[in-house]
Amino acid sequence: MKTLVWVEHDGQAVKDATLSAVTAASQLGEVHLLVVGQGVDGVAAEAAKIAGVGKVHVADDAAFAHALAENVAPLIVELMGTHDAFVAPSTTHGKNIAPRVAALLDVMQVSDILSVESEDTFTRPIYAGNAIATVQSTDAKKVITVRGTAFAKAATEGGSGEIEAVASTGDKGLSTFAGSEIAKNERPELTSAKIIVSGGRALASSDQFHAMIDPLADKLGAGVGASRAAVDAGYAPNDYQVGQTGKIVAPEVYVAVGISGAIQHLAGMKDSKVIIAINKDEDAPIFQVADIGLVGDLFKIVPELTAKL
Amino acid sequence: MKVLVPVKRVLDYNVKPRVKADGTGVDLANVKMSMNPFDEIAVEEAIRLKDKGVTEIVVVSIGEQKSQETLRTALAMGADRAILVVSETKVEPLGVAKILAKIVEEEKPDLVILGKQAIDDDNNQTGQMLAGLLGWGQGTFASKVEIADGSVNVTREVDGGAETDTLKLPAIITTDLRLNEPRYASLPNIMKAKSKPMAQKTPADFGIDVTPRLTTLKVVEPAKRSAGIKVADVDALVGKLKEMGVAK
Repeated sequence: MKTLVWVEHDGQAVKDATLSAVTAASQLGEVHLLVVGQGVDGVAAEAAKIAGVGKVHVADDAAFAHALAENVAPLIVELMGTHDAFVAPSTTHGKNIAPRVAALLDVMQVSDILSVESEDTFTRPIYAGNAIATVQSTDAKKVITVRGTAFAKAATEGGSGEIEAVASTGDKGLSTFAGSEIAKNERPELTSAKIIVSGGRALASSDQFHAMIDPLADKLGAGVGASRAAVDAGYAPNDYQVGQTGKIVAPEVYVAVGISGAIQHLAGMKDSKVIIAINKDEDAPIFQVADIGLVGDLFKIVPELTAKL
Repeated sequence: MKVLVPVKRVLDYNVKPRVKADGTGVDLANVKMSMNPFDEIAVEEAIRLKDKGVTEIVVVSIGEQKSQETLRTALAMGADRAILVVSETKVEPLGVAKILAKIVEEEKPDLVILGKQAIDDDNNQTGQMLAGLLGWGQGTFASKVEIADGSVNVTREVDGGAETDTLKLPAIITTDLRLNEPRYASLPNIMKAKSKPMAQKTPADFGIDVTPRLTTLKVVEPAKRSAGIKVADVDALVGKLKEMGVAK
């Protein structure tokens, strides 16, 4: 099977999510990459070095600058004439674009796969990760999104993909990019951080969230996450949210501070290697999944812990 | 301006799903079902747009007969009329999108607002598929919607922050959690909803083949985490962190 993998990038560098998608795609067969954007020569060169990659299709056009699904999907549909599968990481771009491609190809997408069982059979989580379904696709072409945390990252060196320019399919005139507000974050990116410190509603205010969580995260070199309750209350920005509707993470260590552990939150972090929970309620559901639990007042525990590290 | 809002009946989000012992799926017998939370947000947004030029809200649900309860809830919130497409077998997002595309052709809405994903299948596909089939613009994961003249500005929750796109109308929007806080239906409105019109159709009425493209071979529970330990104090926790090599 010849697969086409969506390269997730920020215009400068290939994002880690791509590397996991490449690993999943390599289990299907020959891996080709698709780099879409404006002024993406550097990204394409970097993508070509990913181990195991064949051709790197590059579509460089102003119409693709912000990866608008309306403009990008027709390009992918055209390339799918010579590919058997389209694989995208489950990033917001991947989730935005892939189903549009699937509909145009008249196939059902397989979302957020956890494993490749065979060329047409995959496992995926349903019901906020409370069940794992094994599904078989009867469609001739496959459209798949990949859960990054479920696949190892392909090596970023050693490959020698051949770069090939693809003609633009143009601006479809349905949508325009009007602007973005990307949160500045010096810390490791959540979905690739080895350690994550996450805060919940118990932090009680934005000031206390930052006063408690940030120093601990800095001591551990960790990314900072939050529960939906903390985000909804305005203690942390939206893109910090870990859970069914936020980011799915699986770091080496996940420290849940003042998070009760609702199923929607667990859906986003229960595949972490080690879960540490700090909560004053010893019956909080988070303790049912925590490897190490400490019952007590986070406002005493967290500063003490930070000081002792 | 007409708005179409598809809604789905799903296992209530507070209920812990139980996987059936025979591995055929999740047990939905005698459990509480509700409107998919993202769809409530979609209905709410449509209602809020009523004072900005929206004149009619049509809600649609595709699924078993009981989905009419979900439609009644949407009508009680403030939708004007409902269309129920009855299918006792499960319809996949592609099939749903195809049926919705037919309904869009008939109803000619200016905007279709869907939830970003259903919390049962967690697919996050239907809105995008519908947009693709119709050749319309799509504003997915919306946290803010502003109708302008002939277009709509959609602020979207994306990895790393927010992005605003301007879509030509007609367009598709899918809702993220932070778009709004859905209202509760009041008792008088629940009573009133009972007399609002609800048309009933089947996929065959639209000439749509909803044969699934994906076969579910089995459904299992995820691997259980082994029971952890509780430590007595911060020193013990620091000790554990050092053991793991997380702290020096």
